[in-house]
Amino acid sequence: MAKPKVPGMFKGLGITFNTLVDTLKNGAATVQYPHEKESPPVRARGVIALREDNCTSCMLCARSCPDWCIYIEGHKELAPPRRAGGKPRGVNKLDRFDIDYALCMYCGICVEVCPFDALFWSPEYEYSEPKIADLLHDKTKLGEWMETVPEAPELESGALKGKK
Amino acid sequence: MLATLPYWGVSLIRILGGIVAVLLPAGSIVYIFLFKMMSFMQSRLGPMEAGPYGSMQLFAEVGKWLQKEDLAPDGADKRLFKMAPLIVLASTFLLVAVVPFGPDAWFTNFEAGVFYALAVSSVSVLGILMAGWSSANKYSLMGGLRAAGQLIAYELPMVLAVIGVVIQAGTMNLQQIVVKQNNDKIFGLHFLGNPYILTQFVGFIVFMIAVQAELTQTPFDMPIAESELVSGYMTEYSGFRFLIFFIGEFATAGVFALIASALFLGGWGVPFSWFGWHNIGDVANWMNVVGPLIMFVKMMIVVFLIMWVRFSFPRFREDQLQRFAWKVLIPIALANIMLTAILKVAF
Repeated sequence: MAKPKVPGMFKGLGITFNTLVDTLKNGAATVQYPHEKESPPVRARGVIALREDNCTSCMLCARSCPDWCIYIEGHKELAPPRRAGGKPRGVNKLDRFDIDYALCMYCGICVEVCPFDALFWSPEYEYSEPKIADLLHDKTKLGEWMETVPEAPELESGALKGKK
Repeated sequence: MLATLPYWGVSLIRILGGIVAVLLPAGSIVYIFLFKMMSFMQSRLGPMEAGPYGSMQLFAEVGKWLQKEDLAPDGADKRLFKMAPLIVLASTFLLVAVVPFGPDAWFTNFEAGVFYALAVSSVSVLGILMAGWSSANKYSLMGGLRAAGQLIAYELPMVLAVIGVVIQAGTMNLQQIVVKQNNDKIFGLHFLGNPYILTQFVGFIVFMIAVQAELTQTPFDMPIAESELVSGYMTEYSGFRFLIFFIGEFATAGVFALIASALFLGGWGVPFSWFGWHNIGDVANWMNVVGPLIMFVKMMIVVFLIMWVRFSFPRFREDQLQRFAWKVLIPIALANIMLTAILKVAF
């Protein structure tokens, strides 16, 4: 049986009234933020974390950054040869890796472009500062955020189709 | 109790009562409806931090506004600019003067109470126009002009809707109207009295729509349309003058709801037949205490309707608004008057 047609005016009043009753009975859809926290989704773009060991100071991230908010300095060191009798290897050592979150616009190009899996998105979002200059975070701070990076979620079914 | 007091004592009590009757409804309307009900209707909780469940939020807001600087624009007509919000608030206080709260709990017992109420309610238009004009701001001026057009257009259906009640009651005295409603019978039944919402239902609907427009609540909020006019005539106001506009808006909502409940819902009374009263002289003294409570409950119900509509609907367009007033509401109200008059003569 088709429902009798209700004029839109009363339907609108019904919607607001039902939401009122629903909020009184089941609570609001919102979260009282400082007291209780919502867990952000796994892929949330909260902050960029750095795994220092993976970084080769290749500068791809710094160059691809639209805001130029990544500062990298490094130097070459000689590491002992892999095999006995071999030549010592040249290794890039990272001296400085800063991201200025006052400039960062969370585009994620640096994370995409990094060929060595050194940069990751972390859902951590509570790092506001009273002074804008304090938003410049160095590599130790970026490394600490590495702990908040969640495990990569499973690929969706069919994501690997056609790949050998 | 009142009879034993000297004249000045009675006056003092009435003045204090008037202030309470304006500010208490305004405060409860803002907290219960504006803060809480609107939030719940949007599935959120509203203010929760100041006091238990945010109940002290209003005091926090008032404190905030009182701290702010009392600014006036350079090109403004300073005297008018500063006077305008006070005129709007004054009309609210004048309006509450005719509302009866009990057999002796009235402020003034006007013979022409309805006439006075309708006349005084239009004083706020002057305040709003002054605010719009004196702000030296084109948005304010637009808002003020829109307000003038709207308030004048909707005063007419409001007056016409009330005439039905006046014809049926045969008096313009609000106290007498309340007594009539509780003393009357409908279809020979004494049990309910005769609240005029039953016989004047069309009048009640027209009156409520007109009140919604008079209060510039949302389906009719072009004068303060925040997305087009940046709050219209209130654009340039800050600090305690804005606070006065704000109090005025919700206090007027409360007072109009009080008048609506006196005119249509039986006012402070309970049906007199319940206690075997026959006229106002029989009414027990405790009604002076219970009456205001009954009025408050009825006012909250009426304001709930006003606010429910406010939080549910989008804004009319300016031409739709005028067309609705002149082509729909006024003819309906006129037809209602004719029908009421015919039935009054017939019975």
